[in-house]
Amino acid sequence: MNLIFENIIFLSSEIILVLTAVVLLMVGAFKKKNNAKIVVYFSFIVLILLSIMEMLVPWSSVTIFNNSIIQNGYTRFVKIMIYFSSSFAIILSSRWLMKYDDKAFEYPILILFSVLGMSLMVSANDLITLYLAIELQSLPLYVLASFKRNNTESSEAGVKYFVLGALSSSLFLFGASIVYGFSSSVEFGEIYQSLQASEINTALIIGLVFVLSGLIFKISAVPFHMWTPDVYQGSATPVTAFFATAPKLAALCMLINILFGPLSGMSDSWYQIIFFVSMASIALGTFSAIRQTNIKRLLAYSSIAHMGFALIGLLSFPNLDGIQSLLLYMLIYLVTTLGVFSCIISLEITEGESITKIDDFSGISKNYPFTAFTMAMFMFSYAGIPPLGGFFAKYLIFRSAIDNGLIFLSVFGLVLSVVGAFYYIRIVKLMYFDEPKTIVKKSFSKGLSFTNTICLIFIISFIFIITIAPITELTETAAISLAN
Amino acid sequence: MIIELGHYLILSSMLFTIGVVGVFLNRKNVIIILMSLELILLSISINLVAFSAFLNDSTGQIFSLFILTVAAGEAAIGLAILVVYFRNVGNIEVDQINKMSG
Repeated sequence: MNLIFENIIFLSSEIILVLTAVVLLMVGAFKKKNNAKIVVYFSFIVLILLSIMEMLVPWSSVTIFNNSIIQNGYTRFVKIMIYFSSSFAIILSSRWLMKYDDKAFEYPILILFSVLGMSLMVSANDLITLYLAIELQSLPLYVLASFKRNNTESSEAGVKYFVLGALSSSLFLFGASIVYGFSSSVEFGEIYQSLQASEINTALIIGLVFVLSGLIFKISAVPFHMWTPDVYQGSATPVTAFFATAPKLAALCMLINILFGPLSGMSDSWYQIIFFVSMASIALGTFSAIRQTNIKRLLAYSSIAHMGFALIGLLSFPNLDGIQSLLLYMLIYLVTTLGVFSCIISLEITEGESITKIDDFSGISKNYPFTAFTMAMFMFSYAGIPPLGGFFAKYLIFRSAIDNGLIFLSVFGLVLSVVGAFYYIRIVKLMYFDEPKTIVKKSFSKGLSFTNTICLIFIISFIFIITIAPITELTETAAISLAN
Repeated sequence: MIIELGHYLILSSMLFTIGVVGVFLNRKNVIIILMSLELILLSISINLVAFSAFLNDSTGQIFSLFILTVAAGEAAIGLAILVVYFRNVGNIEVDQINKMSG
């Protein structure tokens, strides 16, 4: 009995999440008025408090529940990012949700359950926990994709996401079953030891490829990227904002957990796969984004390219400086993406429907100078123009790549990030130098302007060394604790 | 003839291949895709149970029980999404799921 309590202490943020989600479900079901509003604000506050709690607790490394869950500095840091970004994703959608259906209280609760899955996914230390966490994370996302029940595109996005997502989970599972069979354990530490002890055979490599393809689907990198543009376009814009942030981060960090942990003995095999995936994602994401006319499809391809850049950090194996720059890259990517979506959601064509075409951005600087300015800053940050956050993210990634001898990949990435700057800066050109084509209204909401301002301050604050130092210190602590 | 581990693995990989091919080649009906997904999950269960029997380790069987549970939940959510889709479009043909492209 005592042992269980000792273990539960280390899982307190997950337990608080479950309790909050269940209690809010009851509140939403039984309250007569304003139920969606209360659930949205309450879940926002709980997620913010949880991320502060994760920051304050000691970041010591500990495994609990028979080695099925691990908590260390790395998982704590990733959880802080997951909780923060999903709380902003919830508050971004408050106004849209009230307009769409003010009784749809299940929306933030689905996000809470998905966040629970993500945080378990990052902490998982055996294959069973990992599989269950992946499913717990994905199932609410399928429902969220088809959240606009009366909309054809939204339900089509739901069907596509469900079929491909379920297929990718089963690919992962098939690989996991082979890994279990050949290492006779599901626990990560024991898999690591048995891979060290035995010869790597073909069956294990097949298992590795299946595991990797399942996980690469979740981070939407090439060659398993085809669902991303359709799902981004079909889902409601606030839902897309959520898809583009926390789930990507969680899946990427879980990928690092697996490749640097149990499968590090097979690094010769996965190194080539990740190298190819990273290069192909950068190339395909960059070149396909150029010809897009829909802003959400453009952001989908741009997120594919960003995943490619982030994956370069993995290639520093076995050094951990790549992981450090990857964590910082993902942090800045999350903040920029939330900022971009807060701008898009606040610009509306009709009541409750945010703009979709890139051409709709033309001339908005005349009527809404502040929105145009923030959007321009976020686009410059995406493109990696100094002194904004995105520049430091790309700089650190390429520096770690060059330190580890990946000269070709760095040059390739640099050239393509210049190509990518074209479609980001085109939006800035449309906003500032073109005449307005469509009538765009601006919606005011506390949540939107709050997110917008926080993200803007964060991105611009990278001019000052004072803000970079503590963040790099945190990422360094996180990356180092991955080794133990 | 003695049935060995290899036979189980061949059976499960055949079922797995049939499932994956069923997802991609099927042009008629989304329900068939759901059936293929179930087939894939069952083939993985065979794999795990066979490994667990030959390794004398019960973890694989526990894993396959969890997979059965998750498969039930997944099928429920898949069918719910499909019902929503059918209400909007009026059919569930795979060829018609192409409103968005670019």
